[in-house]
Amino acid sequence: MALSNVLEPAVSGFNFENSTRNTVLENGSEEGKIKAPKPMKTGTTIAGVVYKDGVVLGADTRATSEEVVADKMCAKIHYIAPNIYCCGAGTAADTEKTTDMLSSNLTIFSMNSGRNPRVVMAVNILQDMLFRYRGMIGAHLILGGVDCTGSHLYTVGPYGSMDKVPYLAMGSGKLPAMGILEDRFKGNMDLEEAKALVSDAIHAGIMSDLGSGNNTDLCVITKEGVDYIRPHRESLYNYKRQAKYKYKPGTTPVLTKTVNQLELVHETVQMMETAGSS
Amino acid sequence: MFISQNFEMDSFSQNPEFTIHSFFTFLDTTIMAVEFEGGVVIGADSRTTTGAYIANRVTDKLTPIHERIFCCRSGSAADTQAIADAVTYQLGFHSIELDEAPLVQTAASLFREMCYRYREELMAGIIVAGWDPRRGGQVYTVPVGGMMTRQPVSVGGSGSSYIYGYVDSNYRAGMSKEECLKFTAEALTLAMERDGSSGGVVRLAVISEQGVERQVILGNQLPKFSTV
Repeated sequence: MALSNVLEPAVSGFNFENSTRNTVLENGSEEGKIKAPKPMKTGTTIAGVVYKDGVVLGADTRATSEEVVADKMCAKIHYIAPNIYCCGAGTAADTEKTTDMLSSNLTIFSMNSGRNPRVVMAVNILQDMLFRYRGMIGAHLILGGVDCTGSHLYTVGPYGSMDKVPYLAMGSGKLPAMGILEDRFKGNMDLEEAKALVSDAIHAGIMSDLGSGNNTDLCVITKEGVDYIRPHRESLYNYKRQAKYKYKPGTTPVLTKTVNQLELVHETVQMMETAGSS
Repeated sequence: MFISQNFEMDSFSQNPEFTIHSFFTFLDTTIMAVEFEGGVVIGADSRTTTGAYIANRVTDKLTPIHERIFCCRSGSAADTQAIADAVTYQLGFHSIELDEAPLVQTAASLFREMCYRYREELMAGIIVAGWDPRRGGQVYTVPVGGMMTRQPVSVGGSGSSYIYGYVDSNYRAGMSKEECLKFTAEALTLAMERDGSSGGVVRLAVISEQGVERQVILGNQLPKFSTV
């Protein structure tokens, strides 16, 4: 049974060690006051669509830290299993770690049972974990995958709620993306139509939402395999670096130079017993 | 799975890192269940909201707990899904131990146990309805707080306030299955017209000795009432 706590047993209650450390740091003496860094949020547009042969997932690639773009080519479509991928919106660290943990658990399950993991298993594990943390883990996830029971698309909210739907958009740019999806979604689309639809939905999010931008990634999952297209559509505003930032030796004048020779005084070799030796 | 509330909240809530930006996903809704001779009819709308955004406009709030026992969920989506999963497991285990179909009252009691014990942490209003060989069709309501009571007809959710009058004046004991279906569909439609948090399609299910029949009434097929 793949539980969310396979790697280590769940401690009862929350672990607030870091919280007390943060208050000590913030309320320190005048020189010692340190402002805690704000968590990096991905202010995102992510979308997913079920089509005839599988699932298409899409995401923008901007990660923001308040008003600065922290990462212009952030990867928001995370690997969970060979047949399951997950788009994450919300707090970047939470989505990364949650999807990492989920991926590890499902790999262990696959090895133990010899079966390929199913999308519904991933959803159940996520629901259990996020419900236990009562919304403190800011992870809004879209899970998509193809398994022996078919193609599935699920969303899991930070409080542990789950919805299974044929098309979805999440993140700060979900309203414009949902508009495109509601207008053009049809059941049983073919691959090109589905890719165009998801790409346009993300594009709408990028255009209408400040927190989304840069390029669009797509991930097509079918029974045969996965096509991770990164990037699918590049931003029109790709600025190239105008100059090199490497400084030539001699740019900074040298005032004084001292050389300390380190002498090797004493050398000892200690034999250690390893498991293999007798 | 459920944690006790014995932790310090002060430094925690003042730390800006932990501000919760997202809303709860709510099932502010309209749910209803009616007993008839030989079974029950249950119904729900299909809207799930996160703040002012409709997160899912085709939600299925009628969740099977056992072969002939369903629950209608209202309140927090996460809480009710978690409770329903837990009760499904407990009831399934109980049924295997007993080697017979579980009673609807047992399912309702399991819901009540969980909703009452964790009443401070949970926000869940549930109607449990089903059919068992001993007592036929039964409807039990377990509202927020964890009370449990059996009623011949029960409504719940934010939209229920608008239809208490309609239900009280139109319910008669001894209605047939078709009359109950029509009654439920009309009551839910009226609630959906007036309650902003309810809408979408009407999902109905009939649970009886023969099994479960599910139907969906789409938005444009809903019964029409005078528009004032």
